[in-house]
Amino acid sequence: MSALVTSTERLQRLLTLVPYVVSRRVVGLTETAAAFGIKERDLVDDLNLLWCVELRSPDPYCPIDLSYEGGEIMVSQAESIGRPLRLAVDEASALLVALRMLAEVPGIEDRSALTRLIAKLEAAAGEAAAASAQLAVQVDIHNGDGYADQIRQALEQGRRLHLRYYVPGRDEATERDVDPMRLLVVEGRPYLEGYCLRAEGVRLFRLDRVLSLTVLDTPAALPSDVEHVDVDAGLFRPSEADVQVTIELSPAGRWVAEYYPCESVAELPDGRLRVVLRTPDTGLVRRLALRLGEDGKVVSPASLVAEVREAANAALANYA
Amino acid sequence: MSKRKTERLLGLVVCLLSTRRYLTAEQIRAAVPGYPEGEDVFKRMFERDKEDLRDLGVPLETGLNNPFDEEAGYRIRQQAYELPELHLAADEAAVLGLAARVWQRAELAGAAAGALLKLRASGAENSVDVPAQPDIEPRLGTPEPAFGPLWEAVRDRRPVRFEYRAAGRSAPQRRELEPWGVVNRRGRWYVAGWDRARQATRVFRLSRIAGPVKFSGQPGTVTVPPGTDVRELVKDWDSAPATEHTAVLRVRSGAGVGLRRGAATVTDGAAPGWDEVTTRYGDVGWFADYAASFGADVVVLEPPDLREAVIARLKGALT
Repeated sequence: MSALVTSTERLQRLLTLVPYVVSRRVVGLTETAAAFGIKERDLVDDLNLLWCVELRSPDPYCPIDLSYEGGEIMVSQAESIGRPLRLAVDEASALLVALRMLAEVPGIEDRSALTRLIAKLEAAAGEAAAASAQLAVQVDIHNGDGYADQIRQALEQGRRLHLRYYVPGRDEATERDVDPMRLLVVEGRPYLEGYCLRAEGVRLFRLDRVLSLTVLDTPAALPSDVEHVDVDAGLFRPSEADVQVTIELSPAGRWVAEYYPCESVAELPDGRLRVVLRTPDTGLVRRLALRLGEDGKVVSPASLVAEVREAANAALANYA
Repeated sequence: MSKRKTERLLGLVVCLLSTRRYLTAEQIRAAVPGYPEGEDVFKRMFERDKEDLRDLGVPLETGLNNPFDEEAGYRIRQQAYELPELHLAADEAAVLGLAARVWQRAELAGAAAGALLKLRASGAENSVDVPAQPDIEPRLGTPEPAFGPLWEAVRDRRPVRFEYRAAGRSAPQRRELEPWGVVNRRGRWYVAGWDRARQATRVFRLSRIAGPVKFSGQPGTVTVPPGTDVRELVKDWDSAPATEHTAVLRVRSGAGVGLRRGAATVTDGAAPGWDEVTTRYGDVGWFADYAASFGADVVVLEPPDLREAVIARLKGALT
């Protein structure tokens, strides 16, 4: 048993475990342990604990009777805890907020199921649902909407896509064929995950940077060893080959630390920051430095410091 | 974790669910094994147990069986305790499975998993089974440490205190807020509410909160004004100003792809090697930064204040 589970957390599990078994009449130990995300040994401990509960009224009796012979659990007597406890405020909110977010995701075709489910959960959660209205999620959908529908269509039909895609680091419109894998919505933004034939690898494309998109007649042909991006590990993992850049920011330039994934962020006097980030494309940092002006100084590498100066001088020459 | 405590709490729940009459603390002590002999120790333990049950969402009621009783008793009404019956169609179950994945590894992930288990335990779905790789994957992250305490404060209607570093400020300032709601807009978390010191509605970005968020009052002491729409508050705060100015730019042929996307007009070949682009903007400072980022590929012709701002930015990059 994990030492991190508190008595109340375990109580919560027990109060869910009984109705879980009751509603299924008979259910396997292995299957149940998997559903609760615990080891079979811990599940047996839970069942023994339930079976041992004793009340005196005034003579001692055992309110719960169960067996798990041959790996099959059966609850023959569940007294008053045969139904699960109502959803707590956090639980109702977690689901309702997630569902309302789904309703905003472009390309979701099951809107009627979403609406019905939200209504059912709100009814079942009763008062606990009220707080969820104070937790709101809005998905960024500008420019992405129509594309998301086309991407869903390509995914369903297994077709290849052609993209004109904007790369801000190089201020370039690129043309590429992509075999779509998934539509992701991470940190409020929709992305296409796909195998880019030009880059010969899995890439993420922000839908708001898609300049145009065509569903091709060509069937998608994903390489057999293609791997999904691990969404939960963070979308942007710098590679060792990336250039390490140090920038010093004034208070007005601190937003950089919020917008770009930084390797390190150190406070300097007077509200200034020193950030270290990695980039595969120094062009992106050069643009950032021009945009920041005196609010952000590239400190290293020296080659990039020179590059920024050169770019600023060239730009100023236009105004001379 | 203590097994004895879990046993005692479980006994307490079953005992209070099984009674129609209110049971006094003494009657409960007689019925539920595991409470200590000493009066004071018992009282303290019983108080904690009641609190633990309420934290789990168990609707513990207090009341008198008849008006002449001297001591209040406790019970749990079956109807208030039970999750109502819920029947889900197959498509609803599929959507539920997707929703439960949204918070993966974020603050409310445990709550979402707990809710899903309860729904499974109610038999509402025997078929919530999401394919291992659905072709759509929405995720919500809560990387800001302020999310947890602020959500609790909103849920429990408690005021909070925190240090906040407003954009461009060199030092954080203390804020005291009656939080009305937490909003994720375009991937960023915000809290909206009543700023006590400034006596005004305010919106704060969670990533700019420095240090811990502390409760500065009891639960139930914050009132959200009727009709408050926290989403709208954040939207108003976050929205770019109306695009009331027009810029006239020279953009090098083939460059400035990002700028051209939002352009009002593009005249190709206005000068050899250059196109003329007009575009609308709201904030001079913001647009000057943006135009400067294109370096020698973009030249501002009009208006003069924008031109000066871009030149200042570029000179700033040389200092």
